[in-house]
Amino acid sequence: MQMISVISLWFIPVLIGFILLYGTMKKVPTYETFVEGGKEGIKMAVSIIPFLVGMMVAISIFRASGALDYMVDLIRPGLEKVGIPADIIPLAIIRPISGNAALGMTSDLIATHGPDSFIGRLASTLQGSTDTTFYVLTVYFGAVGIKKMGDALKVGLLADLAGFIAAIVVVTLMFGM
Amino acid sequence: MVNYIWVGMTIIGLVFAAVNGTMEAVNEAIFKGAQEAVTLCIGLISILVFWLGIMRIAEVAGLLEKLSNLFRPLIAKLFPEVPSGHPAMGYILSNMMANLFGLGNAATPLGIKAMEELRKINGGKDTASRSMITFLAINTSSITLIPTTVIAIRITYDSAAPTEIVGPTLIATIISAIAAILIDRYFYYRRSRKG
Repeated sequence: MQMISVISLWFIPVLIGFILLYGTMKKVPTYETFVEGGKEGIKMAVSIIPFLVGMMVAISIFRASGALDYMVDLIRPGLEKVGIPADIIPLAIIRPISGNAALGMTSDLIATHGPDSFIGRLASTLQGSTDTTFYVLTVYFGAVGIKKMGDALKVGLLADLAGFIAAIVVVTLMFGM
Repeated sequence: MVNYIWVGMTIIGLVFAAVNGTMEAVNEAIFKGAQEAVTLCIGLISILVFWLGIMRIAEVAGLLEKLSNLFRPLIAKLFPEVPSGHPAMGYILSNMMANLFGLGNAATPLGIKAMEELRKINGGKDTASRSMITFLAINTSSITLIPTTVIAIRITYDSAAPTEIVGPTLIATIISAIAAILIDRYFYYRRSRKG
C-alpha cells in the first residue's frame, strides 16, 4: 500500500518530464504545441458549465430539502452491513448514465464530505475509474447505425458494477473507513 | 433517462421542502448550487489547459502511436474477428490510448471510426457483433492513467493530497477492465453454445 502512495505521488511529475524530454528529442516545437493543445482545455471546461449548473442545482435542491438524507437513511442499515457507505449510492446509479451529471454529483460529495474523507476519496476513485456506459453505447452504436445491441448493455452495466465494487475495496484497503 | 432523474430529483426535492418546511433552505440552494458549479468549472480550466497541452505534445511526438504498437499483440488477441493489419485495429488502439491519457474528446471520433470498421467486417449488418461488444465493454470500463478532472476538483476543495487517488483509481480501473473482458467472454460463450 505504501508503494501505491509513492506511485500516486511520483507518477504525474515523472510522466510530464518524460513527455517533455521525448518531445524535445523528436524535435517537436514543445511550447507552441502545448499552447495549441491547451486551448482545447478552455473549451472543454466552459462547455461543461451548463451540465454542472443543471445537475448541481438539482442535487442542491434535493439535498437542502432533506429528501436526500431521508433516502440515504432509508437504505443505510442494509448497505452498511456490507461496508458500502449509503451516501455513494446516488453517484453509483448516475455514473453509467451521464458522465457530466456524475461529475456534478462527485463535486457535491467532495464539497459536502471533504476531499480527504472516506466518501470524498471513494467518490473521486469512482468518478475516475469507470466511464459512462449509456453514453458510449448511444454515441458509438448510434453513429454507425447499430440497432440490435445484443448483450452490450448487460456487459457494460455488469462491468460498471465490478468497477464500483473494486473502487470500494481498493479505497477501503488503502485509506480505511 | 437522465432527464427523468434530473426532473425527479428537483420535483421530489421541492415537494419534500413544501411538506418539511425547508423552502428557505431550498431557495438558497438554487442560487448556491448554480454558483458553485460555475466556480468549479472555472477552477477546472487550469488543470485541463495544462494537461491537454502536455498530452498534445505526447501526441505530436508520436508517443501515443508508439504505445499502441506496444499493446497491439495483446489487444489483437481480444478481437479474433479482426484480421491483422485491418484499419479497425488501428482505430481501436488509438481510441484506447486516447482514453488512457484522459483525452475523452479525441477518443470519441476514433471510437466511432472503429465501430464503422467493425460493422464493415460484420457485413454491414445492424446487429452488434462480438468484437463490437468487446470494444464497448473495454471502453465503458476505460483504463485511465490520470483522472485529471477529479484531481482538479480535489484541488479546488483544498485536498491535502489531491493526487493520492491516482493509484487507487488505476487499480480499480484495471480490475474493472479485466472484469469487463471476463464478463464479455462469458456472455459470448453462452451465446455461441445456444446458437
